[in-house]
Amino acid sequence: MNGPADLIFYILAALTVGSAILVAILPNIVYSAIALLFAFAGVAGLYVFLSADFLAATQVLVYVGGILILILFAVFLSHRISDVKLSNPARFHWQAAFICLSLFGVLSYTVVSTSFPVKPGTVYQPSTAEIGELLMTRYLLPFEVASVLLLAALIGAALLSRPEGRKGTSSDMEEPK
Amino acid sequence: MESFVHSLVKAVPVLSGVPMWTLTLTAMILSAAVLLVFALTFGGVGSYVLRKVAGDIQARIGPNRVGPNGILQFLADGVKLVLKEDIIPAKADRFLFALAPYFVFVGSFAAFVVLPFGVGLIASDLNIGVYYVMAVTSLVVVGVLLAGWASNNKWALLGGMRAAAQIVSYEIPVGMALMPAVLIAGSLSLQDIVRSQGGLLGVFGWNLFHNPFTFFSFFLYFTAAQAETNQTPFDLPEAESELVSGYNVEYSGIRFGFFFLAEFGDMFVVAALATACFLGGWHIPFLHAEALPAFWGNLLSLGAFLAKAFALVLVMMWIRWTLPRLRVDQLMRMAWKYLVPLTFVNLLGVSLWLLIFKGKGIPQMIASLFG
Repeated sequence: MNGPADLIFYILAALTVGSAILVAILPNIVYSAIALLFAFAGVAGLYVFLSADFLAATQVLVYVGGILILILFAVFLSHRISDVKLSNPARFHWQAAFICLSLFGVLSYTVVSTSFPVKPGTVYQPSTAEIGELLMTRYLLPFEVASVLLLAALIGAALLSRPEGRKGTSSDMEEPK
Repeated sequence: MESFVHSLVKAVPVLSGVPMWTLTLTAMILSAAVLLVFALTFGGVGSYVLRKVAGDIQARIGPNRVGPNGILQFLADGVKLVLKEDIIPAKADRFLFALAPYFVFVGSFAAFVVLPFGVGLIASDLNIGVYYVMAVTSLVVVGVLLAGWASNNKWALLGGMRAAAQIVSYEIPVGMALMPAVLIAGSLSLQDIVRSQGGLLGVFGWNLFHNPFTFFSFFLYFTAAQAETNQTPFDLPEAESELVSGYNVEYSGIRFGFFFLAEFGDMFVVAALATACFLGGWHIPFLHAEALPAFWGNLLSLGAFLAKAFALVLVMMWIRWTLPRLRVDQLMRMAWKYLVPLTFVNLLGVSLWLLIFKGKGIPQMIASLFG
């Protein structure tokens, strides 16, 4: 690897880690969400760096286009809709520190002790077709199980958000006459 | 991009001493600048054409004061937008208020990178082209939501929420309606998709005529895309009569200009995607663009692509000034009860067609009848 490539990697890594720290410490929850956006973008950049183009686009599509927007929706709809000064107070410092540190320990142990298959530096290769083929052959069962789980979650969400007392009627979305 | 740099180095031997990455970087910045100039010009001239079309459809004159037939109106508007005082409401969240327009503009402009303007005219032929467009445009949603919230204005917030809900809902039919083109080409790259439509006089190879499902798919895509760009009859986020102007109501000056340019950028991206995926992209009818000498091939194919895309933009404007606005529940019903199931059925239909007829379209089969 030459100079500029290393530089880009460190910029992306700093962006990811820095934004992730901001997510945790910013007092305003909407600012946390925006910091999360930059953390996601940094991870997408790292995927591009690993020549995983499809994964990078998926990262942006799913996390920025889906999860982040859901978070923003939840924040905006939760309370005091017009209040710009929604806050995100810090509580339970010690418990949180304990949980985070133990999780960090487990994760770093796993990262250090796993032997990752390392390829020698290759030129960029499109990965989409390969991913598609693996999903349809070798990993078909996990893929389908994941979709069934998502479908169940979808149905559950639809059921929970139904207005009370009108369960079972199919006329929920009918136009008022 | 790489090939362009390589051919440049070959043509100008002095450059071979310069490190490769600086050349690539320069080429990137240059192509970004060209695209930016195109997007800005399109936004300006587009706004003039939009008002002229509105005038014609509503039986009035439209802009006619600045320059002959008002053609310089957009320059006047541009100068006005730049010079106008930039007002930030006192109770707004200043940082996010300032940030939101950039998200919206970047999300819309980033899609230009993969648009195939001609035989060799594409900033970057990503092999995930269509998917990339779907991904980066989701940044627009974040920007719109933030703009609505940071303005600290109920109309703006409601407009932002409506826009986000609408764009997120209609992303699914838009993506699914583009899938037939991807299936036929066997690639997500927009350049490959365009190339796959080259045969049969440059017209009958279009995916539009490939089979009944792709024909239907084009109209599904166009409808859903009209909604994704928040245009009438799906312009609920702006809904002048109820929300004043929606998420951008508090914006003025050049910040408003960014929203405005992003809107026109979105219009062009939608039209360009429809052109590339269904209308043969840069293929010139009755002419083989790739066989022409490089300069003429690029120029003529650019002309063909822009002509098709601009024609679609005009259709969008025409729809925009003809139809009334839907209601929120009608809008959501349209997306989830009609468009999503239809696009899925369509996708299944195209897949079956490709399986049964071994990837051949109707025009191809007719052509093979005549030897």
